[in-house]
Amino acid sequence: MKRRTIIRTEEIFFRVIMFISSMIIAATLFLIIFSIFYKGLPSLSWDMVSQTPKGGFYFGKEGGILNAIVGSLYLAGGSTFLALVIGLPLALFMNIHLLSKTKWVNAIRFCLDLLWGIPSIVYGAFGFTLMIYFGLKTSLLAGIITVTLFILPIMVRAMDEVIKTIPIGLVEASYSLGSTKSETAYRIFFRQTVPGIVTAILLSFGRAIGDAASVLFTTGYTDHMPTSLLQPTATLPLAIFFQLSVPIREVQNRAYASAAILVFIILLISILSRIFARKFYKNQIK
Amino acid sequence: MRGLSITRQLRNRLHSTWMWIALVLVIILPFLIGIGLFLKSRLILQDVSLWELLFSSQWKPLSGKFGFFPFIVSSLWVTILSLLIAGPICLLTAIHLTQYADNWVLKIMHPVIDILAGIPSVIYGVWGTLVIVPLISNHIAPLFNTETSGYSILAGGIVLAVMIIPFVLNILIEVFRTVPIELTEASLSVGASKWQTIKFIHIRKAFPGIISAFGLGLSRSFGETIAVLMVVGNVAKIPRGVFEPGYPLPALIANNYGEMLSIPLYDSALMLAAFVLLIVVLIFNLASRVLIVRTERYR
Repeated sequence: MKRRTIIRTEEIFFRVIMFISSMIIAATLFLIIFSIFYKGLPSLSWDMVSQTPKGGFYFGKEGGILNAIVGSLYLAGGSTFLALVIGLPLALFMNIHLLSKTKWVNAIRFCLDLLWGIPSIVYGAFGFTLMIYFGLKTSLLAGIITVTLFILPIMVRAMDEVIKTIPIGLVEASYSLGSTKSETAYRIFFRQTVPGIVTAILLSFGRAIGDAASVLFTTGYTDHMPTSLLQPTATLPLAIFFQLSVPIREVQNRAYASAAILVFIILLISILSRIFARKFYKNQIK
Repeated sequence: MRGLSITRQLRNRLHSTWMWIALVLVIILPFLIGIGLFLKSRLILQDVSLWELLFSSQWKPLSGKFGFFPFIVSSLWVTILSLLIAGPICLLTAIHLTQYADNWVLKIMHPVIDILAGIPSVIYGVWGTLVIVPLISNHIAPLFNTETSGYSILAGGIVLAVMIIPFVLNILIEVFRTVPIELTEASLSVGASKWQTIKFIHIRKAFPGIISAFGLGLSRSFGETIAVLMVVGNVAKIPRGVFEPGYPLPALIANNYGEMLSIPLYDSALMLAAFVLLIVVLIFNLASRVLIVRTERYR
């Protein structure tokens, strides 16, 4: 009898601390979001979002961070598009053309997972060497290339996970009607997995917009709006980083406001991807 | 294929070719990164021996002394600290979510993990300077009778721990899901309690997976840059305790991007740092992934 109570108490004890640790994680997230908004929202104004920095911005004079917001959107948009152009065919390729070569596919997945594990600062350093090699200056283009390499494995793996779930019978049906491989890929597989693919795209977009280390070397930083691919660009994470290192209270408050904007964008992306995932599953054959 | 029209065949060809190009690109990319960084860091390797670079603690770029030892030690401190904090929490939560959790807990936790994973590192850095750094200097350090500005190894470790939690947790959840249900049934049917089943069956069966999840978390925190850079203090000295400032390797690379072009060998030294980072992370990744493959993640 006594042994049973010991077992019982142990179980209850562990259930309690497991529950607590889950709640700690949830609480941490709320603490993070709360503290960023609490600190950032008071100094957030329409000027912040709608103007580029004026002279003396870093001494607390007027102006905003429109250049960084626009730069970030260009950078993330461009690199997500580029990654999609390379990544979607690859993800489809792995699941259709290499259908019977499981070893190959696993090797590619392994390779992608390794790439995923490489820290973004290493991509940044590599992008920098590429940039020097091709004689480019710090520019939007160099940033886009670097970030593309960085998000490519994330995107392909996310798409791969979705496409993998498609039943093989669908391929057979498609072939038996006389489709080519590419038609099967884009008309059947792609259409079936649109929600998952959109989610993967949003995920990569979020990664691209939030990463600072990979663009630190490559995009440069400027107070102006970029007008061509070869100009340097400010990005939101770097704007936050630089403003925070200025020892003037007002500028630091702007960093917090910029952080609030970035968190807002990330939350928006997360909500959007949830909606997409739900809405489009009705097209799917299960 | 005979019945196909020319355009359809052509389109198929084009698509296939492009797919092959994409594939080749992805496969050679890791080698390209390695080679690129190695070529850049060869300059300094010709001058100074690797041993001296890695284990000398003199960091004086102006007089041409590049010793990485303080940075490597700092990196190890924050990485191991973050794992010590995140490890138990992740393990407990993963078991909770896969075995016990009610539906409402899952409904909260899934988006929470997703959003935590999506938050950019610079935001974690801002949060660290806002919350963790003052917390350490005002509340935690006085408990141990030390004084610190708060910008310390500990702050870096805590922020990193929060950053790797969603990552490690996701892998752990997947690992626990692969434990076959028959094992659970067998264990329960011979009279074990649920917790005993988890303790003796699930954890043992998932053990390689758990280790590799921690390994991947380790390589994640080893390479994390901006967030750590913002809270860790960045003093190029070998840290002697968790309340002292440190200067991890990624922070070193990120912090000096502007000035390196004016001093000879400086950029080569930084690229070597990136190369070292790449190698360490790849080794940890490789080992962990192999372990995961052994536990049949890729079936």
